[in-house]
Amino acid sequence: MKQIAHDQPLLVAEGLSKWYGRQIGCRDVSLALYEGEVLAVAGESGSGKTTLLQLLSGQLEPTAGRVLYRMRDGVTRELAALGQAERRFLFRTDWGYVHQDPVLGLRMAVSAGANVGERLMAVGWRHYGRIRGTASSWLDRVEIDRSRIDDAPITYSGGMRQRLQIARNLITQPRLVFMDEPTGGLDVSVQARLLDLVRGLVAELGLAVIVVTHDLAVARLLSHRIMVMKGGEAIETGLTDQVLDDPHEPYTQLLVSSILPP
Amino acid sequence: MSGPTYNFAYLDEQTKRMIRRAILKAIAVPGYQVPFASREMPMPYGWGTGGVQVTAAILGPDDVLKVIDQGSDDTTNAVSIRKFFAKTAGVRTTTCTTEATVIQTRHRIPEAPLGEGQVLVYQVPIPEPLRFLEPRETETRRMHALAEYGLIHVKLYEDIARHGHIATTYAYPVQVDGRYVMDPSPTPKFDNPKMNDCAALQLFGAGREKRIYAIPPHTTVVSLDFDDHPFERYRFDAPCALCGATDSYLDEVITDDEGGRMFACSDTDYCEKRRATNRDDAVPGNGPGAPAMDAASR
Amino acid sequence: MYVAVKGGERAIENAHRLLASARRGDTALPELSLEQISGQLTLAVDRVMTEGSLYDRELAALAIKQARGDLVEAIFLLRAFRATLPRFGMTEAIDTANMEIRRRISATFKDLPGGQVLGPTFDYTHRLLDPTLAEGEHSVEPASAAPVDGPMPRVTDLLASDDLIEQSPNADPADPVGDLTRDPLGFPADRDLRLQNLARGDEGFLLALGYSTQRGFGRTHPFAGEIRLGEVEIEIFAEEVGFAVPLGRLTVTECQMINQFKGSATEAPCFTRGYGLAFGHCERKAMAMALVDRALRARELGEEVKAPAQDEEFVLSHSDNVQATGFVEHLKLPHYVDFQSELGLVRRLRAEFQALRSGDTSLAREAAE
Repeated sequence: MKQIAHDQPLLVAEGLSKWYGRQIGCRDVSLALYEGEVLAVAGESGSGKTTLLQLLSGQLEPTAGRVLYRMRDGVTRELAALGQAERRFLFRTDWGYVHQDPVLGLRMAVSAGANVGERLMAVGWRHYGRIRGTASSWLDRVEIDRSRIDDAPITYSGGMRQRLQIARNLITQPRLVFMDEPTGGLDVSVQARLLDLVRGLVAELGLAVIVVTHDLAVARLLSHRIMVMKGGEAIETGLTDQVLDDPHEPYTQLLVSSILPP
Repeated sequence: MSGPTYNFAYLDEQTKRMIRRAILKAIAVPGYQVPFASREMPMPYGWGTGGVQVTAAILGPDDVLKVIDQGSDDTTNAVSIRKFFAKTAGVRTTTCTTEATVIQTRHRIPEAPLGEGQVLVYQVPIPEPLRFLEPRETETRRMHALAEYGLIHVKLYEDIARHGHIATTYAYPVQVDGRYVMDPSPTPKFDNPKMNDCAALQLFGAGREKRIYAIPPHTTVVSLDFDDHPFERYRFDAPCALCGATDSYLDEVITDDEGGRMFACSDTDYCEKRRATNRDDAVPGNGPGAPAMDAASR
Repeated sequence: MYVAVKGGERAIENAHRLLASARRGDTALPELSLEQISGQLTLAVDRVMTEGSLYDRELAALAIKQARGDLVEAIFLLRAFRATLPRFGMTEAIDTANMEIRRRISATFKDLPGGQVLGPTFDYTHRLLDPTLAEGEHSVEPASAAPVDGPMPRVTDLLASDDLIEQSPNADPADPVGDLTRDPLGFPADRDLRLQNLARGDEGFLLALGYSTQRGFGRTHPFAGEIRLGEVEIEIFAEEVGFAVPLGRLTVTECQMINQFKGSATEAPCFTRGYGLAFGHCERKAMAMALVDRALRARELGEEVKAPAQDEEFVLSHSDNVQATGFVEHLKLPHYVDFQSELGLVRRLRAEFQALRSGDTSLAREAAE
C-alpha cells in the first residue's frame, strides 16, 4: 500500500508554533510528507490538530517555524513567501481541502455539476460539454448517480455531500489533500462507505493526504503514518500500525484503549 | 438666506479634477473599477448620478450633449438630465446621435455606429459583475486583482444546465482587453458587440457605488461564453413596426387588452432618421402608417 | 397607433407644479413658517441636520417644508446642498466634558458628580393622545431652578481613571481624520470613518441593528453609561493668532455605552466603549449608533464576526438612507429595455418547456438551438 514516489518530500514543516495570545495553538511541530503518503494527525479536540492543519495549508501564519512545499515544477518554496495569487492558485489546482462540514466546502445553491466543474473553469476550461463530461465521470468515481448532476447539494444526504466535496477537490488532480475530520458527523455505516471510497481514490491517484481525526479507526484505515497530538505538541509519531498496536506514550495508550471520549 | 450659485456643469472645479483623475486612471487600466469620491448630486442615487458626474467632469462649453434612457431621448429621466446640463452648463443639446460629442445613456448603446471624438457615458447601478455571485466588496476586489473569474463561468454553467442556454439577457458580463471582467451596465446583450473595437471612448459612472471605469477606443471587448455555447445576440425577430428596421433592438408596446402588441425601435433617433429617409425614398409599407404587428399571433 | 412617448418634458413640469400645489395644501389655512418648523418640530429638524450632515436649523426647516414633511427627502435636500459647499478647514474636536448640560442621565450609577438631569424627555410620559393639544394654544412655563453648579464629568472618564474601561482610543493627532464625503469608503474601514458613516446613517436602520444586538445577534452586553444633551463650543485653530478661536455653539446628543469585555492574553479585563453622537436632540439615534459602533468593533477586539450588526461591509454599505432611497426608488424609472430582454427569454424558455412536455423532442431540440 505504500508507494513513496520521490525521495524529496512534498511538504516539510519545521518547528511550527502558533500562539493565540497566551494560549498555545501548537508548539514546535516538524514533519515531512512524501508524495502518495497519508499522514493522520490524531488527538482530542483542543489538542492543536486543526491549528496544525491550518498552518500546514497556509491558512494561518505561524508564530514560529515554516512550511515548505515542492511545487509542480519541482522547486521547493516556503509557503509564507508565496504571493496571495500563488497561494490561491495552489488551492484550486495542486491542493484540496475537505472540510468536516461539506457546507463550508460546497456551493450549496449551485448544481452538483457546477460544484465539481468549478475548479476546471477556474483554470480556464471553456467548453461546457467537456466540463460537464469530466464532472459526470467524477460523480461516477464518488458513486453519485449521474442523474443527480443538475441537483444542488442542498438536496443531497450528508454522505453524498461529503463525496461531492471530495470530487470537487480531486477533479484538478491535486497532489496534496488536507482533510479535516472528513467522516465527522456521519452515521457509522455512511462513514465506512466513505472511508472505503477515500482509501480507493487515494491509492489510485497516489495522493498525499494529511487527515485530521479524533477517530483512530479512521487513522488506521487510511494512513501510513500517524502523529498523536496533545496540548499542542506532537507526542508520538510513527507508522500507523506500529503506533496503534504498540503505543509508547501513556496518552496514546489511553487513546488506543478508547478510554478518552472523542 | 442667499440663493446658491453653481459652477459650470454644477460641480466645483476641484471635484471635477478629482473625477478626471479617476477617469484617466480608468482609461489607463481598461475595465478596472476605479473608486472615486462620488458627490451627492441634486438627483437621487440610482438615477444616473454616476453618469452625471462623469459628464459634468468632461463637458466643455463647445460640447454637444445627447441624453438617452432606454434608447429614447424623451423618456422622463433623459429629459430631466438633459435639462440639468442645459441649465447648469448651457451646452447645446441634441437628439441626433451623430451630432453629439457626449452621449449620456442608460440601458442602451445607440444603433448608429459611434465615431472618433465621441464619448459615450453610461449610467451604472451596480458596477461589480461578480456582485450577485459574491456580495462582499473585499472578496470581489481580490478576485479581480488575481483575475479569479471561475465563478462567473459557474453562473453561465448553471444557466446552461438549467435552461439549455445562457440565460443572462442584459448586463451580460464582458472581458475587457483580455484582463478585467466588467459589467456593461444593464444594456441588453444585443448591444454587447457594439462595445468591441468601438471608435468612441466609453466611460462608465456608478455614483452610489462610487466607481468609474472605462473602455478606451478600439479596445477588445469579449462577451463571456463557452466554446460550445457561444455568446449570441438576442433580438425579437420582427421588423420595427414604424421604420421597418430589422437590425435594431425593439421595444414591445402593448396596444390593447386583447394581446395586441407591436414592436418598435427602442432607439428613437435611429427610428426617426430611418423614417425620414424612407419618406424621402417613398418605400411603401414601411412608413409610420404600417400596420402594427401582432406578436401574439406569431 | 403607437406614437413614441413625447412630451415628457411638459409632463414633468406639470407634475412639479402639482407637487407645489399639493405641498401648499388648502390655501385657506395659513402657510407654515420656517420659524414654526424649527421652533415646534424641533426633533424633526434635529434628525434632518444629523443625517443631512449639516448643522443649520433654518436650512433643515426649509428642507422639511419643501419635502412636505418627508424627512428622508429633506435629508437628501440638505445633503445635495452640503455637497456644493466649499471646505474652509476643520474645527478642533468638540469637548463634550465641558458641555453646557440640558439633560444628563446615567443608567450605571444611581448618583454621581453633577447628578442626574432629566431635561426635556418623553421618558416617563404616558403615551396618551392629549386632546388639549388638539385644541391649540398651549403654553406651559417650565419649572426653573438654579443651574447645576460644579463639574459634570463624563461617566466613562470616571471609570477610565480606575482603568475599568478601555482608554478612549487615542488617535494620533498627526493622523488626519477620514472623510467619506471626500474619499471613497474602502474596507476595512477605521473607526473614524465608521463613526462618520453611522452619524450620517438612517436612524431606523441603526435602531433595528442596535436592537438586533440586544436580541442576541452580536450581543455586546451594553449599559447606557451616560446620555448627555446640551451645548458645546466649536473652535477652529487660527494660524494667524496661534490658538483656537470659538466659532459658535452646537447642540449635540452624546451616548456612551459601556460594554463587557473578557480581556485577552495581553489585556486585563475591562469594559469597552460604544459611542454615539448626533446633532440636536436625537437620543434614539445616538443610543442606536453607540450599540452599532460597539458591535462593529468586533474585529478590532478579536470577537467572532457573525451577526449582521458586526459586519462592517454590510452595515456601512447600507446605512445611508439617501443612497438607499435613491436605489430603491430608481425601480420607478423605465426598465423597458432590460425587461424586454427578460420577456424574450421567458417566452423562449416557456416554448421549450411546452415542447418538452408535449413530448415533441424534435421541436424541443429546435427550440433549444
